[in-house]
Amino acid sequence: MSHDTPHDALPTGMKRWLYTTNHKDIGTMYLVFALIMLLTGGAMILAVRAELFQPGLQLMQPDLFNQLITLHGLVMVFGAAMPAATGLANWMLPMMLGAPDMALPRLNNWSFWILPPAALLLVTPFILGLAGVGTGAVDTGWTMYAPLSIQTGWGMDFAIFSVHMLGASSILASINVIVTILNMRAPGMTLMKMPMFAWGFLMTATLLIIIMPVLAGGVTMVLMDRHFGTHFFNAAGGGDPVLWEHIFWFMGHPEVYVLLLPIAGAIPHVLSAFARKPIYGYKAQVYSLWAITFLSVVVWAHHMFTSGMSVGGQLYFMYSTMLISLPLAVLFFCWIATLWRGAMSFEAPMLFALGFVTLFGWGGLTGLVLADAAADAQYHNAYFLVAHFHYALYPTTVMGVMAAVYFWLPKWTGHMYNERLAKVHFWVAFVGMNLTFLPQFFVGLAGMPRRIPDYALQFAEFNMLSSVGSLILGVSHLIFIYVVIQCVRGGAKAESRAWEGANGLEWTLSSPPPYHSFDVQPVVR
Amino acid sequence: MSEPATPLAVANRRLAYKLGGVAVLALGFGFALAPLYDVFCQLTGINGKVEQFNLPPSQMKVDRSRSVQVRFLSQPMPGMPIEFHPSQSSLSIHPGDIILARYWVRNPTDTPLAGNAVPSISPGAANAYFKKIDCFCFREQTLAPGEERELAVTFWVDSALPKSITDITLSYAFYGAVKKS
Repeated sequence: MSHDTPHDALPTGMKRWLYTTNHKDIGTMYLVFALIMLLTGGAMILAVRAELFQPGLQLMQPDLFNQLITLHGLVMVFGAAMPAATGLANWMLPMMLGAPDMALPRLNNWSFWILPPAALLLVTPFILGLAGVGTGAVDTGWTMYAPLSIQTGWGMDFAIFSVHMLGASSILASINVIVTILNMRAPGMTLMKMPMFAWGFLMTATLLIIIMPVLAGGVTMVLMDRHFGTHFFNAAGGGDPVLWEHIFWFMGHPEVYVLLLPIAGAIPHVLSAFARKPIYGYKAQVYSLWAITFLSVVVWAHHMFTSGMSVGGQLYFMYSTMLISLPLAVLFFCWIATLWRGAMSFEAPMLFALGFVTLFGWGGLTGLVLADAAADAQYHNAYFLVAHFHYALYPTTVMGVMAAVYFWLPKWTGHMYNERLAKVHFWVAFVGMNLTFLPQFFVGLAGMPRRIPDYALQFAEFNMLSSVGSLILGVSHLIFIYVVIQCVRGGAKAESRAWEGANGLEWTLSSPPPYHSFDVQPVVR
Repeated sequence: MSEPATPLAVANRRLAYKLGGVAVLALGFGFALAPLYDVFCQLTGINGKVEQFNLPPSQMKVDRSRSVQVRFLSQPMPGMPIEFHPSQSSLSIHPGDIILARYWVRNPTDTPLAGNAVPSISPGAANAYFKKIDCFCFREQTLAPGEERELAVTFWVDSALPKSITDITLSYAFYGAVKKS
């Protein structure tokens, strides 16, 4: 990207990216980092799916399998999904709020540059393990349950420090986002006139500041149990492994909404632009975001129904979990009402947004089944659960982000992307995603457990389908990369308002926007 | 930045510090969860963590109208190469009665072994009604090479035990003693 910049001596080459405090540069780095992590985590799980293509052990031993599924989870959640959302926030928030830049530009630079070392730290033991050095990467599953996390090899220690750094990064980024949103809005833009995307990310940032330190504390306890003779989770010394589950899921459940809310904020903009109607039920959506944020921190133990829980506890966590579906349903109906009788057209962002709405709906409904404490004993840690949370997370953190990226790509690059190829990308991803995860509902209901490299013969056909689907899904991302590179390098010139139905301050800036977004703040009436 | 800070920059910094403070508080809350969890389990009696002496109140009546089957399980944990068995697989008792049950343990190795037995009651709902007066699990057990020993647990079951619970399982996991650091 080359811009006419007001700076005389902007560093060039690598230094530009190392030293930058510009929200657009940092946003770009976040997005590229997230894409690299998406491919890394994707390659890992393709190896897993290749192993699961047939019953029996063909390609790898169980210890390697365990490392792959663990790293896949950690890399996707902390490396791909969260940085992708933060990248969108960096790019869009100043432009949507009418600010020149993020509130704390140097902090912004730091919060990004903690990420690559953290990712290296996580993956290094895996590569060393392949080379025959050490015990390999963390292999406990991304939930890092004690006592296994206390007994396993030193890949766990690397993972602990990596989680510390990833946590620090996302806390810093969240502080920056909250300060930007609360202090840097254009004159006249009250909180209730703020774009939905800002609301979604404000809620996410609030959650992150509360939950990431708790996880950091939890993994520190694991570290102390491993090396310093404490017994937080060690029953022999009076500790309790179930305490870890509480700490982990106190972070882990809100984390789901951390991933969802920025997308739930971005999607209304896309739907509204391509239905050529204003966002329906703005206030209802904002209040629903509040309700989801609050409820998300008081329902964590529905992940632990089978860990031994009193009937009272099960009832509370079951009903409070099901309660979350009410504000989520409000969001869904508002999204559908935004489309209702709109003059719809189906460009790639719209396709991805609709894909998100439908597929995430399935993820939500199957979540209600899992939230039922009586039924959960059957589904818990079966493939049904795997299918459920991939239906919740893939449409959100990949399809939702793709919708946002295609929507704003003309703004970022100044060029229109290849619409035809982008549509192909959507349909390949849509088919691949459903082919991968739909069969997993069935094998899960039939009793196939997750995290096991082998399975009974009767699951063979569905697993084969699932593996083929995952390959198709993987290829879809290569189409995406091609479209983006093509768009960055050239293409039809994008107007300031790249989509005729789009509204918001970001569309009043040129495409691509100037290096500093708004030197003079616009006034919102 | 070398230019004088604008009011906005000052306000930004102040809010950032406050939010950083929230993050530090949250970190403290994470660590506080460990003792809070124990307190919560003590207060509610769930999780089988209540391990103090529990003498039955003098007015406690023995409920002879029903009996409860108590089953005994034993589990030497990895790293603790002992032989460890209950002397009786189950007992039929009346709620309110004081019962003595025995376990048997032997150290077949030629090194001394020390360890702790950690009890667990199921179903979880029975835990609040299962009271131990004395138990070998209250103390660390040290076994000389080749030594065998009988271990005793004295307990009673509160007669307020819900009628729906007819079976209680008492299980001990025998762990090696933790290193003193």
